[in-house]
Order: sequence, then structure tokens, then C-alpha cells
Amino acid sequence: MKITKKVMEGNVRAASRLIRNLEDDIPEARSTIKHIFPHTGKAHVIGVTGSPGAGKSTLIDSVIKMYRERNRTVGVLLVDPTSPFTGGAILGDRVRMQRHTEDTGVFVRSLATRGALGGLSKAVGDAIHVLDAMGKDIIIVETVGTGQQEVEIINHAHTILVVLVPGMGDDIQAIKAGILEIADVFVINKADRDGTGKLYRELMNMLNMVKDFPGGWRPPIIRIENAFEPGPFGKSVGELFSKITEHYHNLIENDLLGSRIRRKRLMELNEALRAYILEPLMKKLVETGEMERMVDKLMRREADPYTLAEGVTKKYLNGTP
Amino acid sequence: MAERKLRIMVAKPGLDGHDRGARILARCFRDAGYEVIYTGCHQTPEQVAAAAIQEDVDCVGLSCLSGAHRFLFPAVVELLKEQGADDITVIGGGIIPAADIQFLYDAGLKGVFTPGITLEDIIKWINENISLKG
Repeated sequence: MKITKKVMEGNVRAASRLIRNLEDDIPEARSTIKHIFPHTGKAHVIGVTGSPGAGKSTLIDSVIKMYRERNRTVGVLLVDPTSPFTGGAILGDRVRMQRHTEDTGVFVRSLATRGALGGLSKAVGDAIHVLDAMGKDIIIVETVGTGQQEVEIINHAHTILVVLVPGMGDDIQAIKAGILEIADVFVINKADRDGTGKLYRELMNMLNMVKDFPGGWRPPIIRIENAFEPGPFGKSVGELFSKITEHYHNLIENDLLGSRIRRKRLMELNEALRAYILEPLMKKLVETGEMERMVDKLMRREADPYTLAEGVTKKYLNGTP
Repeated sequence: MAERKLRIMVAKPGLDGHDRGARILARCFRDAGYEVIYTGCHQTPEQVAAAAIQEDVDCVGLSCLSGAHRFLFPAVVELLKEQGADDITVIGGGIIPAADIQFLYDAGLKGVFTPGITLEDIIKWINENISLKG
């Protein structure tokens, strides 16, 4: 297929249009992915997550620079939220990465969440495949500014950076489930602010309670300060950069990369099954008016949701599952 | 199939840091349901064109209040054309003397908006004139 060939040659227009079609859920885009899929799996995928304003985009900008100095090509996906009211979005992350815009070794693409809840967009998984097939060595995915539980990125990234800033709450926050559990590398950004020592100790305490780290990888905590002084800032970013690289090697040496990729494959299969089985069925129920009639029954308390769902499986799925 | 979403880039080329207008437009486009790629100030036409292509936008909206629109706006149109992306509609606005408006249309801009126009009119123009890619 022509478009597959273009994407694999690294054509930016073709790749960007394909990502657009994936976001818009155009069926042809799905079949292009079928052709591209066998050519993926070469890139190191890095996820960057953390609260709004923590400095994710600015850090990514500096990390891109480190990769470019080593002649590695980089693809970047930046996710920002869609308005629940108008469906519109302001995608403003690339403002921080202007200096790479004209570098043909860097491809930056912004995506809106379009209602997805995990901190990413539904198209991110396939967009990663597109960048991978283009031959990008490194793929960086920035999630929306996250709260506590937008952890969808674990299904996509090999290495996850959680970017924190001091002053976000007491030590109970550090023992909660969710985002702090998914970090491979912690970054305390804006570490020249008050509260850095406290946050550092809380993270250390949290990590001290873990008995067994897979592959022996204890997530390092990198403090980054002086974003406006190139010398010290460059040094901390350099430290971050080497930890990212070390983590990837650790995954490979300990045979852990496979299990992360397997997690993504499982998720992709789940998504595909949903798209091919559940979504057409739901669409049919809406089109035939059955959905509304079932809601009417619920309103009159003539049936409950479970009985109705059983009825649907009997009618359309031969009673299974 | 989900519905197509209009993607529009708002950019300020050249040495001009007055971005209030561009930000208001970005917000207003968001409220109109578009996906807005906001790229900020101080960009070269080359950066604007490259970003527009990477983002696969339907439309680039340029804002210029410095008086350099006669150079900057046509440069963006030319660069997009050179890179086979002349399907991206370029519009512009700002402090533009009446005498320059026809010049900009001749240079390939499809819409030129000057002080006094309402946000509603700009949205209406976009909805009527920008066709979504398919």
C-alpha cells in the first residue's frame, strides 16, 4: 500500500495524516495499521506523566536535545485534554519545544484526549506504531497533566518518568495507590523550591518499603533545579538522560521488556475486540431503538440492567457469554 | 465512525510578543469545538510551516501586530506550497492597513481579519470556508 510505504520512508505528511485518520476512527486507517504492525517494535518508548504545570514539556524538550546530540531520531506525542462541554481542545505543549520544529530528526504531534479517561487519547497506541514504523529510535509520550490515577501510560511505555514538584501535599499522598507506583524514574522538578527535601524523603520512605524490585531496578529520584541556568540544569538533565538509558538496558538484560510489550499487546487486543464486537452491537441497539426502549423499561422499573444485558446476549450473541 | 474534527493552528510569526489576541482566538476556537494547536510567539515562517505539517491542520491562523505581515504571511503560504501542503488554508489578522489586504489575498491568504471583526464572524467564516480533510 502506498501510504504504508510513505510512512515507512519517514514521510511526515503521510504519517501525520494517518494519525489524524486514526484519531477520527476512519476504517481505512485501521487497515493501514495492519500493514504497518509487522514493522514495529524497534523504538524505545518513554512515557512522561505528572501534574499540570510540573514541567513535563520543558523537560522533554531538553531530553530531545540529548538524543539529537547522539544522532538518535525522536518522535513525540503530546496529549492535552478535550473540553467535556464543547469537544474543543487547546494543544499547547509544543510551545516548549519550538527549537526542534525544523529539525527533520524530530517529529512532534499533539493529540487531544477526546473523552478518554486514562490520561491519554485512544489513538495513542496506534500513533506509537506509526512513529515506530517511520523509524524513530526514541518515542516520547507526554500524558495530560495527571492527578492520582491516570495510569494508562503503563500500557504503552517501556520507561515511565513521573514528574513531581514540591509542595503538593503531606506524606499520606506518598503511600496511596496509583501514579507513584508506576514510576521507573522519579523527577523532582523545580527542586529549588521549598519542600524538596521533604518530598525526597517521602519518596525514599515509600521506596524503602518495597521488598523486591523487578530486575533489581529501584526507581532513582532525580532532582532538577535552575531551569534557567544552562550549566546546572544541563547537568541534572544529563543525569536523567543516563537513568532513562540505564533503565532500558536493565529491562533488556533482565528479560523484562517482553512482559511490558505483552501488557501492551493484551490491551490492544482488548481494544480491538471492543471495536469489532461491542461497538457495532451498541450501535445497532441505538439504531434500532432498542437502547431507548430498554432505558424506558429501567425507568418504569420493569427490568434491571443485568436482565436486559442477558436478553441482548441471547438475541445477538447466541446466549454467550 | 467518529466525526471529523477541525484542527487549526494559531501562530505568531516574527518579532512580536503581543499574544493577547492570539490567545483569545485560541480560546474561542476551543469553545467552537476545534482542536487548536497553539504555538506561541516569535516563530519563523519555516517553523510555522513545519509545525502545521506535523500537526496535519486544516487551517493556519497567523497573527501579526508588528507591521511585518507583508513579508511573514506570504512566506508561510509559499513554504507550505513548496512542501506540497497547499491544501492547508492560511488566514491572518492583526494591525493590517486597508491598503495591504488585497496584497495578502493575492499572496494566497484565504481570509484577512482586522480590528472590529467579531469572534462570531471569524468562527462563521471558518465553518463556511474550511473543508475538513477526508
